[in-house]
Amino acid sequence: MSGTVRFLLDGRVHEIHSPDPTATLLNYLRYDIARTGTKEGCAEGDCGACTVVVGELKGDRVEYKAVNACIIFLPTLDGKELLTVESLKSKSGGLHPVQEALVETHGSQCGFCTPGFVMSLYALYLEGPNPTKDRIEDALAGNLCRCTGYGPIIDAAHRMFELGADELPDMREQVAALEGIKRDDTLYISATSKLTGNEKRYFAPVNVDTLAAVAEQNPDATFLAGGTDVGLWVTKMHKELATVIYLGDVAELKEITETADSVEIGAGVTYTDAMELLAGLYPDFGELIRRIGSTQIRNSGTIGGNIANGSPIGDTPPALIALGAKLVLRKGHEERTIDLEDFFIDYGKQDRAAGEFVAKVIVPKPAADTAFRSYKLSKRFDQDISAVCAAFSIALEGETVKEARFAYGGMAATPKRAANAESALVGKAFTEENVEAAMEAMANDFSPLTDMRASKDYRMLSAQNLLMKAFVELTSDADTRLALRQEMANV
Amino acid sequence: MSNPSLSEIKGAVHKDLRHDSAHKHVAGTAVYIDDVAEPKNMLHMYVAMSEKAHAEITEMDLSAVRAAQGVAVVLTADDIPGHNDVSPFAGDDPLFSTGLVEYIGQPIFAVAANSLEEAIAAAKLAKVSYDEKPHYLNIDEAEAVDLKIEDSQLMAQGEAEKALSASKNRLQGSFYIGGQDHFYLEGQIALATPQEDGDVHVLSSTQHPSEVQHLVAHVLGRPTNAVTIEVRRMGGGFGGKETHPAMFAAMSSLAAVKTQRPVKLRLDRDDDMVMTGKRHDFKYSYDVGYDDDGQITGIEIEMASRCGRSTDLSPAINDRAMFHADNCYFLSDVAIKSHRYKTHTVSNTAFRGFGGPQGMIGIERVIEDVAREIGKDPLDVRMLNLYGEGERDTTPYGMKVEDNVAAEIMETLAETSEYRKRRDEIRAFNANSKYLKKGISITPVKFGISFTTTHLNQAGALVHIYADGSVHLNHGGTEMGQGLFTKVAQVVAEEFQIDVTRVKITATTTAKVPNTSATAASSGSDLNGMAALDAARKIKARLIDFAAEKYSCPKDRITFRNNKVYIENKEMAFNELTQEAYLGRVSMSSTGFYKTPKIKYDRASHKGRPFYYFCYGAAVSEVMIDTLTGENKVLRTDILHEAGRSLNPVIDIGQIEGGFIQGMGWLTTEELVFDDAGRLRTHAPSTYKVPACSDRPDELNIELWNKGRNVEATIHRSKAVGEPPFMLANAVFMALVDAVASVGDYKVPVKMDAPATPEEVLMAVADVKKRA
Repeated sequence: MSGTVRFLLDGRVHEIHSPDPTATLLNYLRYDIARTGTKEGCAEGDCGACTVVVGELKGDRVEYKAVNACIIFLPTLDGKELLTVESLKSKSGGLHPVQEALVETHGSQCGFCTPGFVMSLYALYLEGPNPTKDRIEDALAGNLCRCTGYGPIIDAAHRMFELGADELPDMREQVAALEGIKRDDTLYISATSKLTGNEKRYFAPVNVDTLAAVAEQNPDATFLAGGTDVGLWVTKMHKELATVIYLGDVAELKEITETADSVEIGAGVTYTDAMELLAGLYPDFGELIRRIGSTQIRNSGTIGGNIANGSPIGDTPPALIALGAKLVLRKGHEERTIDLEDFFIDYGKQDRAAGEFVAKVIVPKPAADTAFRSYKLSKRFDQDISAVCAAFSIALEGETVKEARFAYGGMAATPKRAANAESALVGKAFTEENVEAAMEAMANDFSPLTDMRASKDYRMLSAQNLLMKAFVELTSDADTRLALRQEMANV
Repeated sequence: MSNPSLSEIKGAVHKDLRHDSAHKHVAGTAVYIDDVAEPKNMLHMYVAMSEKAHAEITEMDLSAVRAAQGVAVVLTADDIPGHNDVSPFAGDDPLFSTGLVEYIGQPIFAVAANSLEEAIAAAKLAKVSYDEKPHYLNIDEAEAVDLKIEDSQLMAQGEAEKALSASKNRLQGSFYIGGQDHFYLEGQIALATPQEDGDVHVLSSTQHPSEVQHLVAHVLGRPTNAVTIEVRRMGGGFGGKETHPAMFAAMSSLAAVKTQRPVKLRLDRDDDMVMTGKRHDFKYSYDVGYDDDGQITGIEIEMASRCGRSTDLSPAINDRAMFHADNCYFLSDVAIKSHRYKTHTVSNTAFRGFGGPQGMIGIERVIEDVAREIGKDPLDVRMLNLYGEGERDTTPYGMKVEDNVAAEIMETLAETSEYRKRRDEIRAFNANSKYLKKGISITPVKFGISFTTTHLNQAGALVHIYADGSVHLNHGGTEMGQGLFTKVAQVVAEEFQIDVTRVKITATTTAKVPNTSATAASSGSDLNGMAALDAARKIKARLIDFAAEKYSCPKDRITFRNNKVYIENKEMAFNELTQEAYLGRVSMSSTGFYKTPKIKYDRASHKGRPFYYFCYGAAVSEVMIDTLTGENKVLRTDILHEAGRSLNPVIDIGQIEGGFIQGMGWLTTEELVFDDAGRLRTHAPSTYKVPACSDRPDELNIELWNKGRNVEATIHRSKAVGEPPFMLANAVFMALVDAVASVGDYKVPVKMDAPATPEEVLMAVADVKKRA
């Protein structure tokens, strides 16, 4: 065990001894080492001004991804490579093609969001030339600009490839360097809070058995995966977390296993890493995941975290519940498997014991007679939190509905099925009339709340209408989607 | 002798030139205030806010706060040596509450500590008790108890009431227009450093350094010359950094002077959104009379706004809503009533358009409604009602419209965008599409340029030429991304006929140019460009005098061209002349000054000429809505906008596109929600949704009006461009109204407020269905 965090920065190993476990990467960059190019716009992962690129060793190559530095805890960088806007400067001091392109297209006005855009574009640049319009919009959805209206920045996303397609980094050096700082045992940090004088501890186990042991020994610990939620406990609520167990280095939790009739997704798998596979099985689910947060958030956040935090407005639980997914939890040596819908007991209350952790979620593969549709309603199309999220799994036998699983987010204190609507339709012909009856029955399933995202009336009306939308899509070729993307994001 | 053309210098006026800081923006080396290396011993400040919307503080025990670890000083109203006020003029914005609190977020005390974490932790130890009073949070609640920040105003011409009674047709309607948060990416920030004699130097992210200077001095109880305010650039302003920065500059200055340590006060995004004012939301209602062609024969307009807890700039903002209640349309018999309500919410303030957008969208809605009533294309009704030339050309405030190009712009745009053909196609599409509906609308913009408070229309500049021929440029304008510094540098480069790279753009500071106005009202380049031109011309005249004498040459035989000076048959480099002028003991430094001519306004009668000129533009937007969910999308927008003879076309196009998208956000996704207690629930980008990349219309065509030329003698005949494009987004809202109307076969009036969120659209669709 060692209390030293090591990562690559500008080609050198950067070492930090016993840092505050919940210090954010952004604050470290700006206030400790004076790399002030990276900006703070919101400190909650919603504006992208703090975007940096992190490289992770994946076999014999390095995978580079844009992330939000404002909600990343510094020790989670251990074993990775970090690139900030300052890293892009060429040896001669000139601008990188990404930067040059933004200058040429007049992609900056006030300039405050610009370094974040540079880094999101840089991550896109590393994917190679000719990105589609959808891909560009998706790569930039997590970066807000209040001045330009985005047009010039989109132009830069094309122009950058014309300016220098041969600027891709040679990965061999990076792979070797990352191999050199790879850790094969738990990173443990103990530090003293400057504010309270209390001890703050951080564990980053690298295998699931150690995780199980550490979790059992520290039942009050906070589990940290992508930090897209926990990060805000620190930056917004100013909570002091005494013990943090980081799941992102646990090899087994990052595995995706495919069986004949299901896929098993480890709790540490990011949205990004799960998206392609799930989109292949269920295109709607893929698009639903694509609309969770932004590229940066999906590069950090995990499906396991989206479930484990128990939020009533997480977007994957409705889809997973509609699909009949199961959840595997582990405590010590014991594993148990439950229906995902049973995990959510009440607001803020889940079926998880102290010291127990979510190990994986099992998603059934599509059945021949079953159709799946999911929808997300929010004020803004991209990078918003759902007012209502709906997922429908409908099995037909001839014209008759054999099985129906309708699950909603944003309609109750937990992600919840519309039992009345389901039973109104099961055993009946799949007709507009019967769907309308099911929509009426849904009024008895939910008593949604009014909040800043939507009124209870809108929630109910749109939740009912979404069932009609699914019906129309499954039974006719009428267009019902405004922004039907030409393709699923090609991750 | 060669005779090179005037345009050979780099960065001449009317030419595309990139933003002067573009290469620094992309490299991360452009310095914003929080990027400045923190001085040794610096304190961090945190502001504690009222948790009640309207209450008397009965007890505020700060002993534990003062005793907390790392705390250097705790400030309350009692610690203010001067005046406890940071208002722009009305005297009703206390820096710290003196007991009465009138909105959730009002500063009650502030803590400066060794670290921000310590300051925040310490502030939480305060024991504050409140005696709550009844609160009135919105227009309706304030209206019910007649709570106002000033008397209601009336602007009128002709006889509206009589004309209405005599009108062939009559229609009434009303709708609500939501507010908007600025969401500048860089939040409010000030860094105050104590100087000798109790003076203070403040880096402040502000559009109005002179006012911040004045108010900091006022709070400290010192003369203005004890305070220096400096700002190189802001990370966005949009009006939100006009009056509010004084609050944060004053708090940090007070702590800096008391502790004799530098103090930084940087607001977290959530605190910024809770503590600082926004665009006013409006309730708009009308009673219009019109003939069978749709010509307006009489109209009464009533506007009510939520001003928040104090006066701030609300009188002028609401005045501007009245000034733009006509937009491009002649209203022969009109009465515009404006009510300015005081509410127990944050004091609303300047925001791009300054009330103009709220006034303008109202009349556009009237036109849409009238057109639907008589079954005409709204474009035809718009054309019919436009101001005439030489007749039908007097505004409700008595100013003649003398530069009207609205008709020509509308006609051109309708043509190039194929508006009429597409309108027919959309109607056909809607007839065949059950769930998805399209809408289209074309709307014009006419926006008046000048501060309507006449004395603010002045500016100063300071130009030095060093002996080596390099130029130092300073003026009272501030850079917030709009490219002002670039444009003014072009003006100076053009005048001296030197490459713009030889002109050093420097931070705005009250120590170089005094008594400046805010960089606001789109006036930045009009005012500061002229002031800098004045300074440059003065120096140039001295150089000519010197050269004429030294080379015994008539002055009119001396010309500056392309980095050179031609003195009859002699040619020398610009820097050779400046070297000689230095040795010849010539002053190569000058101030410059400008005041806008022709303007005069009597606020009591609301008559006069408040504006030097008008800017024009028009937009066509096509949208699609989903009638099952209310989701909506802008499919295409075409814009034709005039910027006079543009000083820098590429920068102006950037302003047009950015302004349009920001306006689109105001009218679609950006919704401010206060709960019943008065707490803002949308105080971060997680809950407050400004447009993202994919919200941009799939197709967006923007053209500058190539015939543009200001009829008034503005700087190189250009026009202002900051605010006018914002209102091009009215086309988006009207297109959404059109799409919703299709559900009732264009026969049922549409009840839809702004912003047109999915919820608002779905509820409007449901309402139309019910009444169809």
